[in-house]
Amino acid sequence: MSAEVRLATELAGVVLPTPITSASGCFGSGAEIDRFHDVTDLGAIVVKSITLEPCQGLPTPRMAETPSGMLNAIGLQNPGLEAWVANDLPWLAERGARVIASVAGSSVEDFRLVARELTRLGGDTIVALEVNLSCPNVEDRGLVFACSAPDSAEVVRAVAREARVPVLAKLTSDVTDIVEIARAVVAAGADGLTLINTLLGMAIDPETGRPELANTYGGLSGPAIRPVAVRNVHQVHRALPEVPILGCGGVRTVTDVVQFLRAGASAVAVGTSTFVDPFIGARLAHELRAWCAERGIADVRELIGATRPR
Amino acid sequence: MTRLKGGVVEGRSEGPVRATCEVIVRRREGAYWLLSLAAREIAERAQPGQFVEIAVGGPHTLLRRPFSIARVSRQGASAGTIDVVFDAHGPGTDWMTSVEVHDVVDVIGPLGTPFPLPQRKVNTVLVGGGYGVAPLLFLAESLLRKGLRVDMINGAGTAERMLGTIEAKRLSASVAFTTDDGSYGVAGQVTDVLDEVLDRSNAGVVYACGPNPMLRAVAERCRARGVPVQVAVEERMGCGLGVCFTCVVPIRGRDGQVRNRRSCLEGPVFNGARIDWDAWGIPGAPPPAVAADADAAPPGPSPDPDLAAPDVSQPAPRPDAGDGPRGSA
Repeated sequence: MSAEVRLATELAGVVLPTPITSASGCFGSGAEIDRFHDVTDLGAIVVKSITLEPCQGLPTPRMAETPSGMLNAIGLQNPGLEAWVANDLPWLAERGARVIASVAGSSVEDFRLVARELTRLGGDTIVALEVNLSCPNVEDRGLVFACSAPDSAEVVRAVAREARVPVLAKLTSDVTDIVEIARAVVAAGADGLTLINTLLGMAIDPETGRPELANTYGGLSGPAIRPVAVRNVHQVHRALPEVPILGCGGVRTVTDVVQFLRAGASAVAVGTSTFVDPFIGARLAHELRAWCAERGIADVRELIGATRPR
Repeated sequence: MTRLKGGVVEGRSEGPVRATCEVIVRRREGAYWLLSLAAREIAERAQPGQFVEIAVGGPHTLLRRPFSIARVSRQGASAGTIDVVFDAHGPGTDWMTSVEVHDVVDVIGPLGTPFPLPQRKVNTVLVGGGYGVAPLLFLAESLLRKGLRVDMINGAGTAERMLGTIEAKRLSASVAFTTDDGSYGVAGQVTDVLDEVLDRSNAGVVYACGPNPMLRAVAERCRARGVPVQVAVEERMGCGLGVCFTCVVPIRGRDGQVRNRRSCLEGPVFNGARIDWDAWGIPGAPPPAVAADADAAPPGPSPDPDLAAPDVSQPAPRPDAGDGPRGSA
């Protein structure tokens, strides 16, 4: 019976065999998790953000566990564009993975150059670009792009001009009005949105008075942020129902996936829960099929945006 | 706790698996705890220096906890089991002490890069601090099977924190014990006796596992003497799987460049001569130490130290728990 459920979904024109993807920064290059299971079981792999130059990231401690979540301040450690294209991309291509390449930078020009090279070299493997706007902007006092509608729009415009695949803008909830930012990036050429990035947080060692993270502040992720993420997806979907959304934030169970779909996400990214369960992407797809079958839902897309008034 | 069904294994035919494992043995080992888990695939695949990630319960706990593999049994009455030894020093490891025989825990492993075994016939010296001794006992068995001489130096804060004394004696040509308070073996730290043991052994390689300051002291002494040294480090881990980039250690490459390497994937075992200890923030030898004084220990950085140590021995010393072998200086 469950075999009759159609799980395939479409995200900004990209067909995904299941609506479950990884979340950037939570799946390494793909190969780490492929030790456990075939990573092409996922609808798509959103890889760790790629910067123009290699980046060693921040000092340790980089992580602190919090109730039902964790804070992290990694600082975008990654091998850089050249090494990623030389090492990670060929492996992903050989495996036949559908890759959403996350682009990061500290200036508009950085983003543009990374997007240009990924477009030039991505072949059929890179099916979309995700713009990680939660990066400090060196040209604007280190404020993150995602907190400014004009800055976000400028980055997205630069990436969209270079891209030949759909562009997703990943936004933060740490803003006064996420709908305003969403409108700005869509107007600038974003084909879809990833909602949401981590929430900025802090933990202090009660004994020493020191911050737990070397960076003082870090991004909160995990089930603790899921209601915030669902709210953002719902809010943006109501305001911009035609814009595809990759929902992200604290997904751990199949019912979490369903919540995001109902809130308006076309696909759902699993982040922190991969740290606990490397099989989770494949498992959630399987459980989603069963969940739909039990309820007579033949096509998972029926759930997208399917909420009712209270 | 949630009741799990034991013996469920997911994964590929090689590499790490996820397995639900029945607890076969639970007992105190001095100040520490030991759990023996039925984990056939992990026991068959594990090598010394590797670790497992165990899902812990308790309110709102999200992340697994890393534990070094202290022993595997591949034959005999306890075939297909692995042992982990740990100190209860945070919410996750506190929960682990509540696990009972026949309970089932969710384990991923074996993870990490093991100790490289010598390709030539050389003598070996193993230096352990606190429960950092545990993986070295596993390593000693492998070295003995290769017909290599093993000398051990095991240090701890106090006698009750000295792990595996009988096994250490059984597995080694000689073993030196040091405690901070002199309650077992020589009063002092492992580096106080390191030169003497290296002279006696004429060691071709040193392996060490213990608190990071101890590893630094051992690595620097070995480097000064030109002896290769492999250390299993501790750095706070998020996933243990190589994807979260929490547990990095600055490692100097052959090109002289320092790069952050993941202790869960490229480690926890690193060439001790290549670690940039200053960049990592691990203190070097302080001035000649006065007697161990727990109250004088500098407060450690982490109120949740049980996320910190796959391999190892002790959390950073804290005012209320400064009883470990705090390095060897």
